[in-house]
Amino acid sequence: MTHGGACLRRLPRIAAVLSLLALGACSRAVFDPAGDIAREQRDIILFSTALMLLIIVPVIVLIVVFAWRYRQGRGGTYDPSFHHSTPLELAIWSAPLLIIIALGALTWSSTHLLDPFRRISVPAKAGAGGDAAPLVIQVVSLDWKWLFIYPAQGVATVNELVLPVDREVRFDITSSNMMNTFYSPTLAGMVYAMPGMESQLHAVLRRTGEFDGYSANYSGAGFSDMHFVLKGVDDAGFARWLAQTKSAGGDLALTNLKTLLQPSERVPITRYAHVDGDVYRRLLERCVDATSRCLSDVMRQDMAPGHLMPPTHESEPANATPGRAAAPDTGTSRPQGPKEAPPAGAPPEQHDGHE
Amino acid sequence: MAESSSLSHAIFGRLTWESIPLHEPILVWTFVVVAFGGIALVGAVTYFRLWGWLWREWLTSVDHKKIGIMYIILGIVMLLRGFSDALMMRLQQAWAFGASEGYLNAHHYDQVFTAHGTIMIFFVAIPLVVGVVNFVMPLQIGARDVAFPFLNSLSLWLTVAGALLVMLSLFVGEFSRAGWLNYVPVANIQNSPDTGPDYYLWALQIAGVGTTLSAINMVTTIIKMRAPGMTMMKMPVFTWTALCSNVLVIAIFPTLTAAFAMLLLDRYIGTNFFTNDGGGSPMMYWNLVWLWGHPEVYVLILPAFGIFSEITSTFCGKRLFGYSSMVYATVVITILSYLVWLHHFFTMGSGASVNSFFGIATMVISIPTGAKIFNWLFTMYRGSIRFELPMMWVVAFMLTFVVGGMTGVMLAVPPADFVLHNSLFLVAHFHNVIIGGVVFGLFAGMYFWFPKAFGFKPDPFWGKVTFWGWVIGYWLAWTPIYVVGLMGTTRRVRHFDDPSLQIWFVLAGIGALVILVGILGFIMQIAVSIRDRKKLRDTTGDPWDARTLEWSTSSPPPFYNFAFTPVVHDIDAWHDMKARGAERPTTGYRPIHMPRNTGAGVILSALAMVFGFAMIWYIWWLAALSFAALVIAAIAHTFNYRRDYYVEADEVARIEAAATGA
Repeated sequence: MTHGGACLRRLPRIAAVLSLLALGACSRAVFDPAGDIAREQRDIILFSTALMLLIIVPVIVLIVVFAWRYRQGRGGTYDPSFHHSTPLELAIWSAPLLIIIALGALTWSSTHLLDPFRRISVPAKAGAGGDAAPLVIQVVSLDWKWLFIYPAQGVATVNELVLPVDREVRFDITSSNMMNTFYSPTLAGMVYAMPGMESQLHAVLRRTGEFDGYSANYSGAGFSDMHFVLKGVDDAGFARWLAQTKSAGGDLALTNLKTLLQPSERVPITRYAHVDGDVYRRLLERCVDATSRCLSDVMRQDMAPGHLMPPTHESEPANATPGRAAAPDTGTSRPQGPKEAPPAGAPPEQHDGHE
Repeated sequence: MAESSSLSHAIFGRLTWESIPLHEPILVWTFVVVAFGGIALVGAVTYFRLWGWLWREWLTSVDHKKIGIMYIILGIVMLLRGFSDALMMRLQQAWAFGASEGYLNAHHYDQVFTAHGTIMIFFVAIPLVVGVVNFVMPLQIGARDVAFPFLNSLSLWLTVAGALLVMLSLFVGEFSRAGWLNYVPVANIQNSPDTGPDYYLWALQIAGVGTTLSAINMVTTIIKMRAPGMTMMKMPVFTWTALCSNVLVIAIFPTLTAAFAMLLLDRYIGTNFFTNDGGGSPMMYWNLVWLWGHPEVYVLILPAFGIFSEITSTFCGKRLFGYSSMVYATVVITILSYLVWLHHFFTMGSGASVNSFFGIATMVISIPTGAKIFNWLFTMYRGSIRFELPMMWVVAFMLTFVVGGMTGVMLAVPPADFVLHNSLFLVAHFHNVIIGGVVFGLFAGMYFWFPKAFGFKPDPFWGKVTFWGWVIGYWLAWTPIYVVGLMGTTRRVRHFDDPSLQIWFVLAGIGALVILVGILGFIMQIAVSIRDRKKLRDTTGDPWDARTLEWSTSSPPPFYNFAFTPVVHDIDAWHDMKARGAERPTTGYRPIHMPRNTGAGVILSALAMVFGFAMIWYIWWLAALSFAALVIAAIAHTFNYRRDYYVEADEVARIEAAATGA
């Protein structure tokens, strides 16, 4: 008995420790968003939880009350004939129905509003002019690291994602081999990176600082440590970082891409001052190896009448994304990466007896 | 040298001495323990001269009750294996922070979480559910056996063959590292050229045939073999849920079998269904396996709902509140469960309208499920509740499951899922509904029908140890996982950088140890109950004052279940009979037509297992041989005309007199 009493006396202290832990938990990642999308996603979690608690809490209370009140031999009336009641059944079905109607409406609108393919309206900053085009960053999950290409700026990084705050960013996401999800909880929800597919995510970061990013989808041996750093900087900081990268980094061309494609783990941050404009397309279309045909070529041939004829030897940057993860165009013009022919040094594509 | 290696390749395929993990101390010691245990078991069976008995009474039995019990034994044995994997994961995740790498490298950790999920779903949950349905359902509808007794035996042994292959991968070669659904691209031959995914695929193909056949059998039994008077709307709710669950199995398992067959073709003959190149699409695999995977959740939970319904009405001493709405809710859930699979990958870029559709369809399922919770609640209302072991599990289930239901609906809101997908929040959610729903339900059911199966009640003290171990352990183990999941921590991670998370994983590990107390308590309980069986004996056949037909016969029931086929006039037929003072007739017995035992199920399954093993290791001659033997044995079995016999009337009279007199 005394032992139990001691436990009871300790209870408030234990509760205090636990609630402190819980508070600590709430000030992190998902519950401490630095981006608009992540913030709205958090709000939806909180709102839908509150909505459901409207029914869950009474149900839990009733379970406990009925279990206590109607236990054998203690009080409660016993009425074995009570097994049907039309009004009660109506209530039973309509209470959850009402909650789900409310939640369904929230789902429909928020899913469309927060669709990763949809552009975000970011209020124009003073002095930013009419330049509303999003910053485009191409994201490629490699085994087991992240490659970020800034096509307009011509630079690339591994495991480091630098974003100017208050600027809309569009991520074009693909993978070299495994399926991963591109995820930085403080910025926005995750989106799959898939081989031969391109998916998209629009996001905006609102706060400077360093944040975590990782893959959330298991992708093999090196998955656990497939992290990247998300750095939010202001415009001046972004310009400074660009200049630094351009002066200090190496080059990323199709020739050394193959080294990067080798599986590796815990790769330190690497910066490339110049990136071959064809790198992303060839990763996406699965033709880094000069002997393999790009997906857009294969698809074009497959669609051509009489496609059993020998294929033509062309490999142009495709306008259509191969594979579908990309949404119908949202109306904005899709900025094309630098259109470049395959490097002159690349051997002509092989078509081994595909008659 | 080259010649001898090519010779050994022809004989043993890719099986070499290196395939045996002699350099892994954990595995070697596990093997030593298993080997000693196995030798002791075989020795004991030989010493007590039990081989003949085992073969005649159990291995070749086509009695649905014995098959059900064997399914349950398989599920409990595999639970021990799956739970060992869980403890290993908990230890690794509580340990591997910052500089510490823990004790499992990626090669092992990835196999452990894959094996855990695969075993828990395919070889624990499914056998336990199938076992309970097998045992209870024919009794509940007043039948003498299932529609196809031999098929039932074959189903069981095919499942056992699959389980043995998975266990074998522990000591010969390795298991898959591609997650419990063997996801491509990880499981593609380009990324996993080892035997892992092949063990997974062949084990599940063999077991899957068993599960599909079993479902066909159960559905036929329910449709065709109900006692006279038992119309569909007078069927016990458990039988209804068994029907819906097995209809789902028939509909979904072919999808899984086809997906696995295509992946096998990719891996064995170089097709490109799910490869990255050559026009393959890994996404298609995800769609196909989840087209199976989501309804599968309902395959498991619906019978659990049925168990809760039977127990609630029995221990509240009332007819179930809202029987018809319970039936409609079950059917609605069955249909809706097909329309929600895409919610497993909202973040794959399907677009907002598709995501909304699947999100809302998922939420709609919570309406009939909510109605069920209310029906149990109002069955308790104005009842006279006896809190014996089964009823304790029901209340624990209701309190646990509503939380799991709530987090499930949260995950169904696509924008919320974008941050919660693949997180530990998701992992906590499905353990919440699978432990809190399916496992609690199975424990409730096992305790409820234990006296029916063995003729004595389970020991109450160790039953309470089991109960509190599982319930407290569940909450202690999974609440921290919910919390870290909300913090953005993702699943299948072997090593963490952030030291502030460690406390949560330590708490979760302690919770897992409390569940271990529950599991050990259960084993203890079985042992103690068998020891004290005389004291716990039930001679009435109806120790709980229950309501459905299985309680109208003696415990354990004679192998023919009922000397006279009961006639049903109302829902809760046995309660109705008791109320009208019906008595068991003791004269006028007639001969009973029964199926004869056969060893064909064991033989065919053993051949299937050899075939699977040969395919996994590329031992082509053995594969061809065992496949040919399989086909010949199957055809030969069709020429076995000695399939049935009659139990003579005086034999029935003798058995009935013994059962009533005891």
